[in-house]
Amino acid sequence: MTTATHAHADHEHHGPPSGLKRWLFSTNHKDIGTMYLVFALIMLFLGGASAMVIRAELFMPGLQLVQPDLYNNLVTNHALIMIFGAVMPAAAGLANWMIPLMIGAPDMALPRMNNLSFWILPAAALMLILSFVVPFFPGGGTQINTGWTLYPPLSLQVGMSMDFLIFAIHLLGVSSVLASINIIVTIFNMRAPGLRMMQLPIFVWAWLVTAFLLILVVPVLAAGVTMLLFDRHFGTSFFIAAGGGDPVLFQHLFWFFGHPEVYILILPSLGVLASILPTFSRKPLFGHHSLVGAMIAIAALGMIVWAHHQYTVGMSLAAVKYFMIMTILISIPVGLIIFNYMMTMWRGAMTFETPMLFTVAIILMFSFGGLTGVMLAVVPADMQYHDSMFVVAHFHYVLLPGAVWGLFAGVFYWLPKWTGHMYDEKLAKTFFWLHVVSFNITFFPQHFIGLAGMPRRIVDYNVMFTEFNMISSVGAFFFGISHLLFLYIIIKTVRGGEKAKARAWESAQGLEWEVESPPPHHTWTTPPTIKTA
Amino acid sequence: MERDPDVRKASGRMVLWLGALTIGMFGFGFALVPLYNLYCQVVGIQSADQQRALNVQARVDPLGEVQDRWVTVRFDTTVHPSLPWALESNERSLRVRPGEIHEVMFVASNRSSAKVTGQALPTVIPWQANDFFNKTECFCFVKQTLDGGERREMPLRFVVSPALPDGVTSLTLSYNFMHLDG
Ligand code: HEM
Ligand SMILES: [Cu+2]
Repeated sequence: MTTATHAHADHEHHGPPSGLKRWLFSTNHKDIGTMYLVFALIMLFLGGASAMVIRAELFMPGLQLVQPDLYNNLVTNHALIMIFGAVMPAAAGLANWMIPLMIGAPDMALPRMNNLSFWILPAAALMLILSFVVPFFPGGGTQINTGWTLYPPLSLQVGMSMDFLIFAIHLLGVSSVLASINIIVTIFNMRAPGLRMMQLPIFVWAWLVTAFLLILVVPVLAAGVTMLLFDRHFGTSFFIAAGGGDPVLFQHLFWFFGHPEVYILILPSLGVLASILPTFSRKPLFGHHSLVGAMIAIAALGMIVWAHHQYTVGMSLAAVKYFMIMTILISIPVGLIIFNYMMTMWRGAMTFETPMLFTVAIILMFSFGGLTGVMLAVVPADMQYHDSMFVVAHFHYVLLPGAVWGLFAGVFYWLPKWTGHMYDEKLAKTFFWLHVVSFNITFFPQHFIGLAGMPRRIVDYNVMFTEFNMISSVGAFFFGISHLLFLYIIIKTVRGGEKAKARAWESAQGLEWEVESPPPHHTWTTPPTIKTA
Repeated sequence: MERDPDVRKASGRMVLWLGALTIGMFGFGFALVPLYNLYCQVVGIQSADQQRALNVQARVDPLGEVQDRWVTVRFDTTVHPSLPWALESNERSLRVRPGEIHEVMFVASNRSSAKVTGQALPTVIPWQANDFFNKTECFCFVKQTLDGGERREMPLRFVVSPALPDGVTSLTLSYNFMHLDG
C-alpha cells in the first residue's frame, strides 16, 4: 500500500527501487526478511567470536587470555547476542519471508511498521556493542560481569556499560513486540479468502503462538530492567534490600520472561520442521491439529513455571513443589510434538537431503536436552546441578538443535525458493556432519564436568577438569570453523547454481511452492484459490 | 495493491488491542512489586527465609507461660576418635514442660596426658524442633581446653520454647565433641 500504488496492470513489473534506498525504506516483506536473515548471520559470527574466546580461555585452568570480569562480560554478550541478535531475528526473517507466501498474502499487514521493527535492531546491536566497548576506556567503569540474567545486586554495581545494555534491551524489546503485532495482524487479517485458521501450516501457527508469547512476556522484562535503571540512578529501592526492596523480585521478573523466551526460541524452528518432514518423508504431516494444541499448551504452561530457575533462592516447599510438577508436565506436550514428527517419518519414503538430516539430528539431540531438562526440574537434583556446567550442557542441547538447527534446516529448505538456485548438496552435507559432530564433542563432556562440580560463569577451574575442558575446546574450534563453510555455501548459492524449479523439492506442499523461484518482488497480488477439502 | 478498507479497519483495531496488551503487560511487571509480597502473605507460601524469621522470633522470646504439656528431651554424646576424651551427662533424658528452665551437667575427662582442646557441636533431632530448643548456657558455646587427665563438669541450661509445634513430643539433643588444633 505504500510503494505499489500504481495502476493494477502494472504491478507485476514493478521492481524494487535500486541502491541503498531499496533497503533503508523497504516495506517489502521479502527484502525485510532478507535483511533480518543477514543481520542474524552477522550476529551469529559476533556471538560466535565471543564463544571462541571463552573456550580458548577454558582450554586450560588458570588465567591465560582474559581477566575474570572481561570473561564474564564475554559470557554475558555471547548469550545476549545469540538470543536477541541471532536466533530471534533469524526466526523473524523466516516469518517475514514465508508467512505471506504461505497464507497467500501480498505482504505483511503493516509494512511500514515492519521496516521500523527491523531498523531498530542495528541500533540495539550498536548499544550492545558499546556496552562491551565502554569499559575499555578510562572512566568507563566495570565490565558487565553478571551473565545475561543481570541479577542485582551485582548489576546495580556495574558501571555505566549496564545503562547501555539496559537501553539495548529496551530497543530489542520494542523491535520484537512490533514484529509480533505485525505477524499476528497479518495471520488474522491477510489470509487468502477461504483459508481457515486450522488449515494454516504449522510454521504459521508456531509463529502465531510465539508472537503472543512475545507480547505477553517481553514487556515484563522491559519493566524489570526499567526498575533496575531506576534503582541505579533515581534512588528507588525495588531490588535494594537496605531500602526495603528485594533482589529476588528481579529474578521473578526476569524468569517470568526468561522461561517463555526459551519457547519463543524453539517454536518457530519446530514449525519449520513441520514443513520439512512431509516433504522428505513423502507423507502428510501426522496430527496437524494436535500439533497446534500442543504448541498452545506449551505456551500456556510455559508461562507458569518460571521459578524452576530459582529453586535455590529459598522459596517455601509448597512453591518449589508446584514449580517442579508444572515444569515436568511441560514435557508432555513437548513429547507429543516429537512423537508426531516421528510418526510422520514412520514408513515414509525418506530421503536425507540436508534439511532432513538436520531434522533427524534435531529430533535425537533436542530430546536428549529435554531429558536433562527433566533432571534439572527435579528440585533435590537441581540443588546439586544448579549453576554448574551441567546446566550449560542442558541448554546448549536444547537451544542448538531446538532453535539454531531448525533455522539452518529452514534456510537450506527455502534457500532455493529465495535465490532461485539449488545449494551445493555435497558441501551442505559436509557442513552438517562437521557441525553436528563438533557440537557433540563440544557440549557432551560438559555434562560430566558439570556433574563432577565445575561451576559455570567462572574463568578458572580445578585441574581435575582439564581433560574434558580441552576436549570441549577442541570441539568448539571445529564447531566455530564449520560456520565459515555455512557462510560459503550461502554466498555460493546466492551467486549461482543449478536453477531451482517453483516446486524446488519434488513433493513439497504449500502455497510458497506455487510461486516462482526466486519469487517476483510482489507475490499473491491476486490471492490464490484455496482448495476446500 | 491497495488494501481492502475493511481489512485496514480490522487491522487498525487489532493493532490497538495488541498495543494495549503490550502496555498492560508492562504495567503488570510493575504491579508485580506489591503483588509479589501480597501473594505470599495471603496464600501463606512464605519463603524459607520468612519461616526462619518466625522461628527466630520464638527463640528470642522463649519463656512465656509454662505450658501444661510434656516433652521428653534425650541427651546423646559422641566423641570424635581423634579426641582422647570421655563425655557423659548426669541425665539420660528429662521430661520437661515448654517454658521451664532446666539444667543438666555434662562431665568431660581427658584420658591422655597432654593438654587438648575440643569443642562440642550440638544437633537437635527432629530438625523441625531445632529453632525451639534454646540453650541459655552451654559448654558448646566456647572451646574447651583440658590439661592431661583433667576432669571437668560443664553445665547446659535450656528451655523448650512454648512455640514448639504441637506434634513434637520428644526430641534428642546430640553432642559431637571434635578435636581442635591449637
Ligand atoms: C522438558 C523440557 C525442559 C525442562 C524440564 C527444562 C528445565 C530446566 C531447568 C529446571 C533449568 C534450571 C537449571 C538451573 O539453573 O539450575 C533449565 C535451564 C535452562 N533451560 Fe531448560 N528445560 C527444558 C527445556 C528447555 C528448552 C526447550 C530450552 C530452550 C530452547 C531450554 C533452555 C534453558 C536455558 C537457556 C536454561 C538456562 C538459563 C540460565 O540459567 O541461563 N530448556 N531448564
Ligand atoms: Cu526454564
